[in-house]
Amino acid sequence: MKILVLISNVPDTTTKIRFVDNNKAFDTSGVQWIINPWDELALTRAVELKEAGGVETITVANVGESITEPTLRKALAVGADDAIRIDTTPKDAFYVASQLAQIAKDFDVIMVGIEASDYNGSAVGGMLAELLNFNSVSAVSGMNIENGQLSLTREIDGGQQKISVKTPVVTIVQKGIAIDPRIPAMRGIMMARKKPLTVLPAVEAGEKTSYVNFELPPPKAACKMVDEDNVKELVRLLQEEAKAF
Amino acid sequence: MNFEFTEEQLMIKQAAKDYAERELIQDVLERDAKAEFPTRHIKNLAELGFMGMMVDPKYDGSGMDTVSYVLAMEELSKIDSSTSVIISVNNSLVCYGLQKFGTEAQKEKYLKPLARGEHIGAFLLSEPEAGSDAMHQHTRAEDMGDHYLLNGTKNWITSGNSATTYIVMAQTYPDKGYRGINAFIVERNSPGITLGPHEDKMGMRSSDTHSVMFSDVKVPKENKIGEDGFGYKFAMKALEAGRIGIASQALGIASGAFERALAYSKERKAFGTEIANHQAIAFKLADMAVKIENARNLCLKAAWLKDHNKPFAFESAMAKLYASDIAMEVTTEAVQIHGGYGYVKEYHVERLMREAKLTQIYEGTSEVQKIVISRSLLRE
Repeated sequence: MKILVLISNVPDTTTKIRFVDNNKAFDTSGVQWIINPWDELALTRAVELKEAGGVETITVANVGESITEPTLRKALAVGADDAIRIDTTPKDAFYVASQLAQIAKDFDVIMVGIEASDYNGSAVGGMLAELLNFNSVSAVSGMNIENGQLSLTREIDGGQQKISVKTPVVTIVQKGIAIDPRIPAMRGIMMARKKPLTVLPAVEAGEKTSYVNFELPPPKAACKMVDEDNVKELVRLLQEEAKAF
Repeated sequence: MNFEFTEEQLMIKQAAKDYAERELIQDVLERDAKAEFPTRHIKNLAELGFMGMMVDPKYDGSGMDTVSYVLAMEELSKIDSSTSVIISVNNSLVCYGLQKFGTEAQKEKYLKPLARGEHIGAFLLSEPEAGSDAMHQHTRAEDMGDHYLLNGTKNWITSGNSATTYIVMAQTYPDKGYRGINAFIVERNSPGITLGPHEDKMGMRSSDTHSVMFSDVKVPKENKIGEDGFGYKFAMKALEAGRIGIASQALGIASGAFERALAYSKERKAFGTEIANHQAIAFKLADMAVKIENARNLCLKAAWLKDHNKPFAFESAMAKLYASDIAMEVTTEAVQIHGGYGYVKEYHVERLMREAKLTQIYEGTSEVQKIVISRSLLRE
């Protein structure tokens, strides 16, 4: 079984968010880039399954410029066998899915994080399955391979669903797929540079969306302390200022 | 001049940071309170490659450079110096010494399991009456023809109980003074070795420190390191490298305390505003940051020199002296910034302050570092 894990290159989750270009673009200066946390969990599960013997190869891929290569090499250090970078600026989910469709058709299982922690689009996985005409399963929180058969756990309203699926399939994975992201061992870090990282040109694909502008959420209002005896004032504040009821 | 780290160095720093923030933090207070050895962490960190970081991969090490080692030691020590000292002794005293001066057979038998982290190493130089005065070793290693016979006591031995491989300095030819000292590889389970009680320390309480007594302990001839009488020089060479580890540990203790103080000062309010807005606190933070940056640069310079096969004894002594002194200063200020909370264990800075103190004492006190530095200056 061959697994493809899609890796989004996202700003570190503690990054201070700023915008440039009239609030039309995210300010990338000084940003530390990481593997999208959901993709990192997907990769961790893929590595665990490979160690258990059910997986032939793990490939990681992303759509991005050369600045994203350290993120791919981290994925190689964690345990992927090879990496593919499609050399273009990711524009929107459809554009990214169209790029990935050119390589993804050769794999049995495609793992993609349920969302990326930058734009939280949650769209690439579904679009990719549609473009490839593959099955897709969303909200996957568990994955096992037994005798070449893929079984998945899905999170559903009020419980979990265990399903067995035919490959090829796109799995859109979420929290629970692995407990903690794998920390790369030093051996892995040293081997990462020797593993193949293929750069492919982008294919023609139209953009379906464009950014009008970004806005930061309003800053958190200061906390007002009300004396414990003054319930009346608390109710007034809740009603008139917080408009809670 | 290049102040940029490589991608690999940054990945190792991140790996150490992730492990410390995710795992070490969980039981660091409990282990400190109970003086409990970090068995689980040493096993995990060994699997990640931290126990033989700089050992050549042909001896099962990770083959990393010393700069990576400084980065890793800083990150681990921000959270837990008991764990990082076990790593430091294993890497920069024991593995370094064996790789540089051991025979092929010694490397095959002893270095490989140490580098894999299956064995833990200890370095036995200090004695009840010979700490800084390492030239005067009372432990005897008598040449019995087909083996050596070890008798004496070693003090303050990090990992004294948990180690499987000891490197022991002992006097073979008392009339030759320090030129009569030899270094030996001694297996922990050799008959005749007994341990003193677990030392009840002020800080680094989760590392096990013991005195070790040798009573007619037989050591095979092939376990001697280097030529006859090489022991003192061997110990000094190993300590040169060890100082980079302890300097980076002190750096980590300082930066760990600083990060906590910085975060706290932006949250805690007094006189109507966050205390960081009071110049009394802001200036403390500025002073702490400058000291930490200086210590970091000294550590990295010593590491860079070592990685480029240039002499580094002078620089590693400066790094160790400075980093351990500022670790004491910075942690004391971090407690001060936290006020009463800083004196409470839950906030970690009091523990970091206790840990900082040891960095001025072990692997050469601050006074010994000044001897090394001044002699080097005056020789020129």
